[in-house]
Amino acid sequence: MSLQNITFTDKKDTRSGFGVGIHEAGKNNPNVVALCADLIGSLKLEKFIEDFPERFVQTGIAEANMIGIAAGLTIGGKIPVATTFANFGTGRVYDQIRQSVAYSNKNVKICCSHAGLTLGEDGATHQILEDIGLMKMLPHMTVVVPCDYNQTRLATKAIIERNGPTYLRFGRPVWPIFTPAEDETFQIGKAQFLSQGTDVTIIACGHMVWQAVEAGKQLEAKGISVELINMHTIKPLDEAAILQSVKKTGCIVTAEEHQQAGGLGESVASVLARHHLAPIEMVAVQDTFGESGTPDQLLEKYGLAPKDIIEKVEKVMQRK
Amino acid sequence: MQVAELNQVASQIRRDIVRMVHQCKSGHPGGSLGCADLFTALYFEIMEINTDFKMDGIGEDLFFLSNGHISPVFYSTLARRGFFDVKELGTFRHLNSRLQGHPTTHENLPGVRIASGSLGQGISVAIGAALAKKLNGDDKTVYCLTGDGELQEGQIWEALLFAAAKKVDNLIVTVDWNDAQIDGSTQQVCDLGDLKAKFTAFGFDVLEMKGNVMEEVLFTLTEAKLRTKKGKPVAILMRTQMGFGVDYMMGTHKWHGSAPNDEQLAKALAQLKETLGDY
Repeated sequence: MSLQNITFTDKKDTRSGFGVGIHEAGKNNPNVVALCADLIGSLKLEKFIEDFPERFVQTGIAEANMIGIAAGLTIGGKIPVATTFANFGTGRVYDQIRQSVAYSNKNVKICCSHAGLTLGEDGATHQILEDIGLMKMLPHMTVVVPCDYNQTRLATKAIIERNGPTYLRFGRPVWPIFTPAEDETFQIGKAQFLSQGTDVTIIACGHMVWQAVEAGKQLEAKGISVELINMHTIKPLDEAAILQSVKKTGCIVTAEEHQQAGGLGESVASVLARHHLAPIEMVAVQDTFGESGTPDQLLEKYGLAPKDIIEKVEKVMQRK
Repeated sequence: MQVAELNQVASQIRRDIVRMVHQCKSGHPGGSLGCADLFTALYFEIMEINTDFKMDGIGEDLFFLSNGHISPVFYSTLARRGFFDVKELGTFRHLNSRLQGHPTTHENLPGVRIASGSLGQGISVAIGAALAKKLNGDDKTVYCLTGDGELQEGQIWEALLFAAAKKVDNLIVTVDWNDAQIDGSTQQVCDLGDLKAKFTAFGFDVLEMKGNVMEEVLFTLTEAKLRTKKGKPVAILMRTQMGFGVDYMMGTHKWHGSAPNDEQLAKALAQLKETLGDY
């Protein structure tokens, strides 16, 4: 299975995949309730609201209250889906999530758009790069970061069908669609192998999976055999898949649109440290805030471009 | 239950509170004692509840404690009402107990539907539960208790704004207005100002009551229930005395979060009649 066969069919934003997914989930399950803090358009909730107006809660610009209301809705058997930008749905309301959702083990789905640098021009106030770390540290919390429009739609439906507090992270920019519209291999907590290889394992999540596909194609052209893993579920982490791959390739590069501290890379490094020592390099944001710019400019400036993945692959292979 | 019987229950709950806090040398007796009459009235007379606990509470009135630190009065009330064995009160704040310092669903204690302790979150949760009742066509009422110092938390005002704007009229929020918090009186710490005017301006139907007079508590809670389903959330500003029932704990904020020693316990118990048998 080579990366050369992976091409994109179209480009769409992952948040639109969420919008379609929650509408389908709402149609299938009368207990699904959507909440939003004054960002209906950004979260693509229009169709859900049009078809299920009684199951939509507009909280206004009050995210703490939204999280509490979501927790309360579960008590009557509802499946609340609390939506806003990732910065306001995680960091701003961390204590509310910790106590009323995670510790109380409520079946709340926190679904957030505009995560990471790729929200672009709004700049660092909105570009949260710490949310994966914040959420994965909470007991009971599942953390899912799908890679494209199709997968975000499937992930939305999957987390709603699965019981337990969950954070779903997606984004703003139009992005290549390269996974199938229906995908039986997509399961929460199960890594997806996009290619089989023997020289290096690349483990990526979210928008960075496409970056890794592009990097992998160039690496393959140079004769490097790449095993690319789409780690859409950060928690629970598919440790078996990581170990199975690294035992074959002997080294790993991780790629994520997040701070290195607390991100996917550190979770993978922890698996290696505990079970199978091997060199690892991380493509991630290096302890800094973002800034205004286009998504591509920002990914380039902050070291998240395909060329950065290639550089780290070459480095990690030398360390074997 | 008649007022005399309810007062007997409240007296036993007050004994439980001081004994629980004494045995683990920690906890919050002051607010717990002040709210014993409200809890007694709610759980032994006003609320329609099922002691065979189900988390979803469909078809039942629900109660949420936002100021979770007064867990002793909550636990004693639940045990005395039959949610679990009163003997378990002796495990309060001990290792491996279901009776955590602050209430939690984590240990599956019957009667608790949300964790609380970090302040300001309970009204939002109660609103969510009230909205779920509306969606479910369930006509029962959701009650929430919050402290007065707790009103300094910003989330409270987000929740109040929402409850009125969205006509969450199956919700009754009671404020334990004892004017005391850890660092002193609420006036000293950060004055709440005219609470009645504030709740009214936010769009609540506001009632006031003396929270340590059982007749008045029953009357006001009954009136509050009658005012639900009329387009506005209902608030009860409940004047209480922190430490009510134990003379040396009243009139000071000192007993917000301190436990009595052996001598102080004996003095407290001498003032609180054992009516239902100590645990």
